[in-house]
Amino acid sequence: MIKFILGVFASSNYWFIVLRSTAPILLVTLGAVITEQAGIKNMALEGSMLWAALTGVIVSAATGNAWIGLLAGIAASVLIALILGLFALKLDANAVLCGVALNLFSTGGTVFVLFSLTGDKGVSSSLASKTLPFIPIPFIDKLPWLGKVISGQNIAIWFSLLAVIAIHLVLNKATIGRRIRATGENVEAAKAAGIDPDRIKFFSLIISGILAGIAGCFLSMGYTSNFTSGIAAGRGYVANAAQVVAGGTAIGAIFASLIFGLTDAMATYLQNFGLPPELIQALPYFVTILGFIVVTLIRDKREAIRKKQLFEGKLLKGGLKPVISGGESGGGAQA
Amino acid sequence: MKSNKSKSRGLFGTIGLFFTDRDKLEPALITFLAAIFSILMGVGLIFIVSKDPVTSTKNFLLGPVLRTYNFYYLMIAMVPITFTGLALCIIYQLRYTSLIVDSSFYTGAIIATAIGVKLSLPAGLHPAVAMLAAGLAGGLIGLLPAILRIKWRANELVSSLMFNYIFYFIGSFVILYYLRDRNQTILASLPFQSTFSLPKLVQNTQLHAGFIIAAVFVVLVSIFLFRTRWGYEIRITGANPKFAAYAGIPVASVALYAHFVSGFIGGLGGAVEMTGLYKSFIWQMNPSYAWDGVIVAMLARKNPKFVPISAFFLAYLRVGADFMSRRGDVAFEFITLLQGLIILILASDKIVNYFKARRLRKNALLAESAVRGVAPKGGEA
Repeated sequence: MIKFILGVFASSNYWFIVLRSTAPILLVTLGAVITEQAGIKNMALEGSMLWAALTGVIVSAATGNAWIGLLAGIAASVLIALILGLFALKLDANAVLCGVALNLFSTGGTVFVLFSLTGDKGVSSSLASKTLPFIPIPFIDKLPWLGKVISGQNIAIWFSLLAVIAIHLVLNKATIGRRIRATGENVEAAKAAGIDPDRIKFFSLIISGILAGIAGCFLSMGYTSNFTSGIAAGRGYVANAAQVVAGGTAIGAIFASLIFGLTDAMATYLQNFGLPPELIQALPYFVTILGFIVVTLIRDKREAIRKKQLFEGKLLKGGLKPVISGGESGGGAQA
Repeated sequence: MKSNKSKSRGLFGTIGLFFTDRDKLEPALITFLAAIFSILMGVGLIFIVSKDPVTSTKNFLLGPVLRTYNFYYLMIAMVPITFTGLALCIIYQLRYTSLIVDSSFYTGAIIATAIGVKLSLPAGLHPAVAMLAAGLAGGLIGLLPAILRIKWRANELVSSLMFNYIFYFIGSFVILYYLRDRNQTILASLPFQSTFSLPKLVQNTQLHAGFIIAAVFVVLVSIFLFRTRWGYEIRITGANPKFAAYAGIPVASVALYAHFVSGFIGGLGGAVEMTGLYKSFIWQMNPSYAWDGVIVAMLARKNPKFVPISAFFLAYLRVGADFMSRRGDVAFEFITLLQGLIILILASDKIVNYFKARRLRKNALLAESAVRGVAPKGGEA
């Protein structure tokens, strides 16, 4: 068994699949990271991906151009994110429930549209849709192992890496990134500093919509070459869990989505090894939950230590005004 | 939160004479309007895609009452969504958003299947044991996201969705490897023993005693939420967890038992569905009744009393859509789309509390003009 797994880790084909299944998760996780940083939970990522996947297929089939399909898919995905923003921010709805609602709307809606267009509920194979290009890399594809892993991957995989860099820069180097984090941390303080929180939240929703749009289009125009019902397969939800694992950073998102990608790709292999596929399929979600628990555990522990230090006055040197310890003020309140 | 005793006699004022509490009446009215709106949207969609929209619309709107068979079908369809709706009422009273009821229901059905296939028990006892076991398992599963949230502040919706995938795969694994009937070409469990099935309520129909069990649970959950200390603690914790904690309510354990009860109802619902409706486990995929439960609970405004009404409404829509899609060119899935729309509207505080906000604004204006000494127009100060 261990030998088998080591063998899998050595094969270039495994890593090819890892990259392929990590990329869509990475893209949506980045989307979840940026909205979470702005203080709004985008549970509608799943729905965004579904509409993007379907729109991409339909438009690319109609125009014969995969890129126009991609743009249309992104537009559809952004639209879902904007609807979420409209209800959650302007109409005071619970953002999480709105996400649930939009996902229902999208699961039903995409099948409804697919059926109305093609007469098929399951798969869009009757539409002559295009796929996004696969990129062979000159010189590198000649390399023995690496060539097989990174050459010939879909362009969306490279988009996902670009997106990591872009989101990293936006969050850490740009003014808008500081505003996003300020809004997420403390809305009132952000308002006092002259930031319009709703605008920031809408901005981050649009970014997450674009990312989910690319991911959705990749699923139906690269990962596979059709739209199938429920094609997002919970990736939008996984992204929301992975976002916690990522700890709110773009670099963290790589690791968080790799956890999913590694187990997802391993599942395909273990299936051949003769383990029951049902249990294997549960593995990526299980590992995601584990990661989710471990990271929150670490985060809480760290926070507890920080609070303890604060309480013991160890951080007072850092320029904080000395506060008389909590015990006395508590006594004061009782009096 | 007493209603303010405004004496104005507009349309809503007149209705208000019968309902003393406007704060409750008006959201109910909006809920009703949302339901009407969704039906109109549905009809609009039919007219866009159907080649024969009039027949399709007729089948959609009247299908459930056109045939007796369909009406029984509707009553059967009410059963599972009543259970998940009740389970989610409890969760929503607590202001949690966990969807773990999906796992509870599905696993409950799996456990009932195992008991129905493997155990030999006397007739009355057999389904009862299955329901109890399924309920207990469902309750324990229901605890998982709550524990994650309380202990590690992990968002309960996200974790429950992950768990739903996990329990779905585990469930189908159990069916495939331990309970599968190898003589069937489709995925199905071995047939249940004859002692396992619930009696039918009406001869020659599928309407089973589970309908009565569901009705009993509507009453039980209403009593639990509004007439017991536990229910009171759940509602207080949901309304204001900080206040509840200061008042000495053990907030964490309240959340835990609320989730257990909710999961218990979900698991029991899964078992009822198996013992009542099926002769063997034949779900090819998870029917995901929890997602229907979301809308049932929201239409009922988190009040178990109204769950039968909203379950009837949703079942009516679904049976109508099913009838229509089998006789026409409109996909059944458009009903899921409408469900999403309704939840979206009902989740919006500004829409649901529109009248209240308007009244408060009007009162504020009246008060302001009274202070200024100007007689307000068209209202009594």
